[in-house]
Amino acid sequence: MTTPVGRGPGRRRLRGGPGSVVPSAQIRTYYDRPVLKQPVWTWEIPAYFFTGGLAGASASLGSMARRGGHPLLARAARRIALGGVVVSPALLISDLGRPERFHHMLRVFRPTSPMSVGTWVLTVFGPAAGASAVLAELGWWPRLQRLAETVAGGLGPVMATYTAVLVADTAIPVWHEARHELPFVFAGSAAASAGAAATLLVPTAESGPARRLAVTGGLLELGAAEVMRARLGELGEPYRLADAHRWSRAATVCTAAGTALLGLVGRRRRVAVAGSALLLAGSVCQRWAVYRAGFISAADPKYTVAPQRRRIEERG
Amino acid sequence: MTGYDDGQPRMGFFTDTSVCIGCKACEVACKEWNGVPENPFAWTGESYDNTSSLGANTWRHVAFIESGGQSTASTVQSASSVQSEDEDFRWLMSSDVCKHCTTAACLDVCPTGALFKTEFETVVVQEDVCNGCGYCVPACPYGVIDRRESDGRAWKCTLCYDRLKVGEEPACAKACPTDSINFGTLEAMTAMAADRLDVVVAAGRAGAQLYGDGPSGGVDGAGSVFLLLDDPEVYGLPPDPIAGSKHLPSLWGAAAAAAVTLAGAVAAAFVGGRR
Amino acid sequence: MAEAHPVGFQWVVEAQRRGATVIHVDPRFTRTSALADVHVPIRAGSDIAFLGGIVNHILTNERDFREYVVAYTNAATILRDDFVDTEDLDGLFSGWDPDTRSYDVGSWQYAGMAAGSAAGNREIATSAAETTGAGGAKLEHGDPPERDETLTHPRCVYQVLKRHFSRYTPDVVERVCGVPPELFARVADALCDNSGRERTGAFCYAVGWTQHSVGVQYIRTAAIIQLLLGNIGRPGGGILALRGHASIQGSTDIPTLYDLLPGYIPMPHAQAYSDFSDYVRRNAAPTGFWGHMSAYLVSLLKAWWGDAATADNDFCFDYLPRISGDHSTYQTLQDMLDGKVNGYFLFGENPAVGSANGRMHRLAMAKLDWLVVRDLVEIESATFWKDAPEIATGELRTADIGTEVFLLPAAAHTEKDGTFTQTQRLLQWHHKAVEPKGDCRSDLWFTYHLGRLLRERLAGSDDPRDRPLLDLTWDYLGESSGGESANEWGEPSADAVLREINGYDADGDLLSGFGELRDDGSTSCGCWIYSGCYADGVNQTARRRPGNQQSWVAPEWGWAWPANRRILYNRASADPDGQPWSARKRYVWWDAAQVRWTGEDVPDFPATTPPDYEPADGATAEQALSGREPFIMQADGRAWLYVPSGLVDGPLPTHYEPHESPVANPLYAQQANPARELVDHPANAYNPSAGQPGAQRFPYVVTTYRLTEHHTAGGMSRFQAHLAELQPEMFCEVSPQLAAECGLEHRGWATIITSRTAIEARVLVTQRIAPLRVQGRTVHQVGLPWHWGGRGLVTGDSANDLFGLALDPNVHIQEVKAASCDIRPGRRPRGPALRRLVESYVEQGADT
Repeated sequence: MTTPVGRGPGRRRLRGGPGSVVPSAQIRTYYDRPVLKQPVWTWEIPAYFFTGGLAGASASLGSMARRGGHPLLARAARRIALGGVVVSPALLISDLGRPERFHHMLRVFRPTSPMSVGTWVLTVFGPAAGASAVLAELGWWPRLQRLAETVAGGLGPVMATYTAVLVADTAIPVWHEARHELPFVFAGSAAASAGAAATLLVPTAESGPARRLAVTGGLLELGAAEVMRARLGELGEPYRLADAHRWSRAATVCTAAGTALLGLVGRRRRVAVAGSALLLAGSVCQRWAVYRAGFISAADPKYTVAPQRRRIEERG
Repeated sequence: MTGYDDGQPRMGFFTDTSVCIGCKACEVACKEWNGVPENPFAWTGESYDNTSSLGANTWRHVAFIESGGQSTASTVQSASSVQSEDEDFRWLMSSDVCKHCTTAACLDVCPTGALFKTEFETVVVQEDVCNGCGYCVPACPYGVIDRRESDGRAWKCTLCYDRLKVGEEPACAKACPTDSINFGTLEAMTAMAADRLDVVVAAGRAGAQLYGDGPSGGVDGAGSVFLLLDDPEVYGLPPDPIAGSKHLPSLWGAAAAAAVTLAGAVAAAFVGGRR
Repeated sequence: MAEAHPVGFQWVVEAQRRGATVIHVDPRFTRTSALADVHVPIRAGSDIAFLGGIVNHILTNERDFREYVVAYTNAATILRDDFVDTEDLDGLFSGWDPDTRSYDVGSWQYAGMAAGSAAGNREIATSAAETTGAGGAKLEHGDPPERDETLTHPRCVYQVLKRHFSRYTPDVVERVCGVPPELFARVADALCDNSGRERTGAFCYAVGWTQHSVGVQYIRTAAIIQLLLGNIGRPGGGILALRGHASIQGSTDIPTLYDLLPGYIPMPHAQAYSDFSDYVRRNAAPTGFWGHMSAYLVSLLKAWWGDAATADNDFCFDYLPRISGDHSTYQTLQDMLDGKVNGYFLFGENPAVGSANGRMHRLAMAKLDWLVVRDLVEIESATFWKDAPEIATGELRTADIGTEVFLLPAAAHTEKDGTFTQTQRLLQWHHKAVEPKGDCRSDLWFTYHLGRLLRERLAGSDDPRDRPLLDLTWDYLGESSGGESANEWGEPSADAVLREINGYDADGDLLSGFGELRDDGSTSCGCWIYSGCYADGVNQTARRRPGNQQSWVAPEWGWAWPANRRILYNRASADPDGQPWSARKRYVWWDAAQVRWTGEDVPDFPATTPPDYEPADGATAEQALSGREPFIMQADGRAWLYVPSGLVDGPLPTHYEPHESPVANPLYAQQANPARELVDHPANAYNPSAGQPGAQRFPYVVTTYRLTEHHTAGGMSRFQAHLAELQPEMFCEVSPQLAAECGLEHRGWATIITSRTAIEARVLVTQRIAPLRVQGRTVHQVGLPWHWGGRGLVTGDSANDLFGLALDPNVHIQEVKAASCDIRPGRRPRGPALRRLVESYVEQGADT
């Protein structure tokens, strides 16, 4: 079967997906080669989305818990946050091309760079959450501990959402065009995982707020993800392809099941454990789905070319 | 705009693809001058392009497009308004390069400050600062910059910063035999491009258009102006690229709203019983 | 030109910017075609029919530049009445002897005289001459030839030309070449419209024209066109031969050819001449600048043998080696196979990849006692003994090869001083920029010290046989531009060599030009056409005044031979009265006030000979030509539309099919060039051509070409990562239609087969090599770049291995631009199975 060269101005049909409001376009590409570069990040990054979000939301949960007189819950949340801030920098440094130069991140503060902002946030949040947990365990300097706890708790929501800005502030269409929704997906996912992790670590009698946070988070995560994919239309196709589809489906199933179990039967310990585990798994799968969708979106030129060509034609 | 106070005008390229002969002297001169390593050898069968794209080890890339003419069923004919089914056969060639954007997404997202704007308003990576975080790679709307696997750092065209500093033109411009690659002040390059477009259009060459000229657009104008003979996507270029940082308000705004929502969810979780 | 001369091509682009029309005629649509205004796809091997069609168009429509043609060409000259044209002998000219496979050229002469040629085969002997060179003509009766300036005499060249080309109609062009009439008309009209007083057009060609068994005649046809249109000797006109190598023009000027001495003086033949005066008498010309042959030769001999060369010993004329026949590459190859050649030097040459029928070369080199290879990298010709394809097939066994191979590393051009002489006869000095690494040495160093060592070994010998070597002037160590001290093993001075080439007078001063050469031994000159390159003690070849700081002719960049003349025969840029044909195209003209020729360039004419000069009886050399005869190297001072002597295969170009062609000659019963050289050897089996049994086994035309990314046999590119990555694999180019017919897949593999061997290549299916309608049927062409071999960073099969040796008989150049082949999908067999595949084609071809 001969396939002539010079498929240069190759035409690709961009299927209109569910919810797509724009008719299919016929576009031309350069040998179907990508226009954009795929990210060079590896597994550490989606892992960090999870651990960073978990740590952030946990710190907020812990701070609120202590103020509200829930010491067991507060301690559990602080420990979870500590675990997160120990693991997170290791993940990030490991992903660097030149790990020994990690401290170069602190040469500048660049508000246009979510990674720069996030690095500084982590630089403050990390020690704060770590100090809060350690000082609390040791019982030392309670006022300092409470200050650290407040700072960590305040920065917690930033930790949980800035990573969404990081992926959205790229040229990759499935990320950039979801910039309004992704922070809510990540926030919900962080809340769900923080609530679920804390639920696992405290007795049922203490886990009420954690379970409620987990359920709220799970609903937010599912809802935001649904809205995101609907608004993406045909640009959301990567979530329906290859491994991104598998992660995405797993995330939906686990998060929905976990939310239902925790929400409806959460007072039974075993169900709570199962539900929490499902929520944690769902949160991990959600980050992986977003991460992998970005690769698929970058790899196919149609996602870049079609909307841009349409935009030009609409401008006239 | 760059913060320099030296009166140095902005420098840039005008690449006139209508006189490109696809000789790849630009690719080789760039690699020789800058010590850029070779890529793994791979014959693509994509006309005469075995380089495929810009990247960490390719800072000038010549594209080859065979289009038009009589085609068999499996040669896809363009349905665009520019080309018709029985258009004459053309072999388009174009040397691609970093656009050295006015609003450079790579620079905007770089967390170490390795990427900076020079006094020539070009965008350069400081190789002793870059720690290979890789953020610039998916940020670039043109897919130019990449991380070098063997090295861990991000690399791209420097517009021969070292040569510019001593008043020389970049290696690619010097090597180009037909003056497809022109170098000078961006103002002169833009004027040259406009004049050349008039000539090419008057000569009846279909599809002629400028790309990257002028200060408007998603990167607020590029430092590399092109005269193309077909739509940008035919050459592998994005038709209407945007730097992500143009949407910073909505990016951070959505994050702020989500953060507030998360905080609210945490607070709301404590309404109700302990159990 | 864009593919092989990208830097030179900038001037084509510049011309296009200024309004020139660029027409590209080529079997493939290449990177040149991409920028050209018109691309003419043509069947490889049919250019004479195409150009002949243009000649016919000019003559039929009377578009010729009549004043130019009458005044400056031999159009009016009348031929002998026993001349018979191909029109009457179905493709042969008069004088053909089928037993010797050669022509007796007597009947081709002008009526009443025998004119020797300025170039080509200068011997008037009837045997197929081995000597080539440039010389003047003999006017046996001392009279100019008979002419009819009305151009109506039936045997005048103009009428003979008209009749000869009358069959090359647009319909014939379509049938033979596959070029549709509209496209042909567009080209013919563009050429004609752009010629005449106000405008000129130029032809540029390369080996797509020369590497044919009728290659010389291709160029002749172009010359006829340009002469009819008045485009020779005029700015923006002419025929530019694009060379394949930076200094290949230099390699014939200061020759590495067996049959030439420097400046195109013929190498003396052992049997042809009795002595020096006999040689001079028979090679000098009574008219034109070849009239001073003895001065050029004596000065050369003085340069080489210095004081040992005196009038008493004919200036050591007998020291010159003699040739006894054809010693060209392909003849040497056959001698090698016959065990007659002991040793071989390869300087920057890679016949295992770069020569036609590579297998034959490799088998031949295995018969040598010793082989010296000087190159930048370890090329295939140096390692054939262990990795030739014939080792894999079992035809050669390393243990059985007795050839001792010396591989000596060579310095690159940036590591030594010297000159390049390029296509415009321009000498450009190159300076040593860096020291060569390690043991790398220049060719000059090697040759000089080899000579020095040989002389030391022979020192004190009283054998007369050793005198030629011992009496040589051999002192080139001195200051080189690197300022090295003159130690025994030092780098010889290229500057000293250039000065010797320029020549010295009796006082030891550098000469200003060849006009100062004498035959009394008072001058020395290593190459008369280069004399003047060091005039005034200045290395003229090193001049680099930028173009925007001098006239548009740019005479101060480098130095062109002869005499820094940039356009040859530029007297023709003025009319017979010495006035430019037009103000727009003024170039050289007669200044009556100053009583000399003047203009933008060095006039190619005796400076003070006025336009109305008529030679007296008995005048010789350039004095024998009138003031209206610009072609000063020709016997009759005129450009030759018709060539009475100098070519062995015809005075006029005729369409012959390539030696291997799937197409029967539509015009004549004579299929291919009757005089073409063939090599009868088992290693050189030929494909049957149209009309021969088995021709259908090789139904496709195959041609070779270059890619910009690689250089010749790949020694300078396949070993360089930055170049190798640009084109990493050997590939073939086929049309979608041919791919469909043969089952070839784009990006797959194909095997291409001829009677010599089979090679494999990746498949590039592209519209750029279109099938053509020839004689009412479709003819497909297969395109092959020829840069690959078995060594280097990127490797592949060698295209030239496919081609057999069928040579142009005038210049012994191999026909590799048009042959026949078969192509099939898949990779080729390995080991002995490869030979079995090839033999199956040969056997089947013989049977059917």
